[in-house]
Amino acid sequence: MTDQPLSSAEAPKKRALPHINPVYFLLAALIAAILLQNPNFAEPTGYMNFLKRAAPLAILAAGQVYVLVSGGFDLSVGSLITLVVVGSSMLTNNDPSATLWVIPVMLCIGLAVGLINGLVVCFLKVPSLIATLGMMITLTGVSFMWSGGSPRGYLPDTFRFFGRVNIMDIPVIRMLPVALIVLIVVGFALYWLMHRTNFGRMVHAIGDNPQAARLGGVPVNRVRILAFVVSSLSAVVTGILLGGFAGVSTDVGNGYELQAITAAVLGGAQLLGGRGSVPAAIAGALSLQAIFTLLNFLGLPQPVRQVVQGLILIIAVALAMYRRKRTGR
Amino acid sequence: MKKILRLFVAAGVAFSVNTLAQAQNFDDPAEFAKQQEQLTATPMGPEGMPWVQYLEDNMVDTSSMAVEGKHTICFSNAGVNNPWRVVGYTNMTEEVAATPSIGEFIHVDAEGSDDKQIADIDDLLAGGKCDLLIVSPNTTAALTPAVEKACAQLPVVVFDRGVNTDCPVTFVHPVGGYGFGIQGAEFIVDNVEEGANVLMLRILPGVDVLETRYSAGRKILENAGLNIVGAEFTDGDNAKTKSIVEDYLQRGSIDAVWMDAGATAVAAVEAFEDGGYDIPVFVGEDQQDFLRKWQDLKLTAIAPTYPNYQWRTAIIAAERVLNGEAVPGPEWVLPQPAITQETLDSMVNPAMPPLHYAMCGCEDMANYPAAWGGQ
Repeated sequence: MTDQPLSSAEAPKKRALPHINPVYFLLAALIAAILLQNPNFAEPTGYMNFLKRAAPLAILAAGQVYVLVSGGFDLSVGSLITLVVVGSSMLTNNDPSATLWVIPVMLCIGLAVGLINGLVVCFLKVPSLIATLGMMITLTGVSFMWSGGSPRGYLPDTFRFFGRVNIMDIPVIRMLPVALIVLIVVGFALYWLMHRTNFGRMVHAIGDNPQAARLGGVPVNRVRILAFVVSSLSAVVTGILLGGFAGVSTDVGNGYELQAITAAVLGGAQLLGGRGSVPAAIAGALSLQAIFTLLNFLGLPQPVRQVVQGLILIIAVALAMYRRKRTGR
Repeated sequence: MKKILRLFVAAGVAFSVNTLAQAQNFDDPAEFAKQQEQLTATPMGPEGMPWVQYLEDNMVDTSSMAVEGKHTICFSNAGVNNPWRVVGYTNMTEEVAATPSIGEFIHVDAEGSDDKQIADIDDLLAGGKCDLLIVSPNTTAALTPAVEKACAQLPVVVFDRGVNTDCPVTFVHPVGGYGFGIQGAEFIVDNVEEGANVLMLRILPGVDVLETRYSAGRKILENAGLNIVGAEFTDGDNAKTKSIVEDYLQRGSIDAVWMDAGATAVAAVEAFEDGGYDIPVFVGEDQQDFLRKWQDLKLTAIAPTYPNYQWRTAIIAAERVLNGEAVPGPEWVLPQPAITQETLDSMVNPAMPPLHYAMCGCEDMANYPAAWGGQ
């Protein structure tokens, strides 16, 4: 199912292949499969709900790409999401007007977490895998201490607006989730920063070859720290959307760090740095969500689903690697 | 790392692999029938105080176990890693504080690990300070030898999950998983037409207390001729729960939702709410957020409970043993009421946190509601 479009495109159009990332074929194939299973998906409630649900992971993956391209990992994002949701519920304390100042506070927390991650990696020379793993455990502990292990409050509707509300009665598409608007705005900003600015080129340079980048005059540490900050800020936005979508829970961010890395890798990001694309990572996140949705629709038993999900991931990434080897890109 | 994640995901219940390996029977007709009967039985003991009531009329003589002076009670806890256990542990510490004859209360937290709990029990026994040991086992089979070893040295009280030995003085627990499943499913059967579509939502596979809820629920729904459109695992995750329900709604109508635990019930209700659907018959649990939602939206719902007050009972049982008073045993079966439309208003308390368990039996305690996070 996933490799068909690829193999058919392979032989006759060798030269066209490098221009299109295979993740888009994967996404198209998955959407086609979902449509075959459930034609209702073509209705606005179908695909808009899908996009709304995928938006948090897409934003997180787009942020994770910065750290991956710079040659690191950011495992702390999942626990940061939890901290944002738990912290926001504690700070808003059922006051709808508190959202106005709680969101900036959360962004500041994200900024601080990203800075600390970056500083630890750059100046204490702790590998990012370990530095952010430590941060993940620390933040999990902070959320636990703050909440006492159980949610202590609700999120007001003003806060949940971003992740929950659909703007209704719009011509043609009928409904537009606010989360999708957030995804488009943040996604475009991250795309622009990565692929249209000097900063983006420097992120690529330090991930590809830090020595060469340093000799070439790139402020390696500053760029690396900023990459962690971008990732942490994207986690804060993700947390705001997830808290909005489903409300407070103390394990909301669990596993999101690995999903974000998976989505970015599906989009062709290279794990040791130097290569990666924001739009492809977003497509990777949509594909991952499409796999979940498709398996939901198929109604397979849970263990079979996990096997299928794992196999699709391995095959998809193997295909991405194969294409890279063949094209040298 | 996976283990760390898992710890929180699994919400403090046994690792499924361990439990599956024991190949337990989760569909035991005799146990089903016994629990069905106990749900409607009239409990013995003081009225209005379900945490000291009991359903099986059999007392254990403990006069030989009495200890003079102030008591030292030790408690080996499977974990404080989900909201139910957070509320329960607060009940317990408040009960200890309210009991002057307890000189010292030593609590060790196994953080959801069998190995740590076995080591904890060894340490407590070696320390020699305990007059009595309370155990809330992480998993049944793994903790059985450790509990047997403890029984040889001092009186033991087990509560919540059981062990495969009758050496403890008493095993405190509510009616059980079958009872929970029966209450929810019977309510659905009474409130929908024959052939109605029911979605079953479960937390995760392989945990005995959850498997029995499911097998009992499924049995009743099927026998009533209802159509079970799916049985899905939510991992106790709000976002996943909401997504699953949204997907099912795209495929067809749902007339009732049965859940094996209520922590994500509000997310499931929201999936109907946000999609503009009528909210069907719902089975939740006694968390405040669900009860509020039920009241606000005037749902047709029921909330079976796994009563949190059993954490108080464990301390009460321990004190009675150390005072040489008879206790219900070898099993102290507590009543397991479900919250219905009639009792809803008395259970809702907006001042309490969203995942506070209404059936905590703690309203009469000294530091209520502050100690439980209430305002």
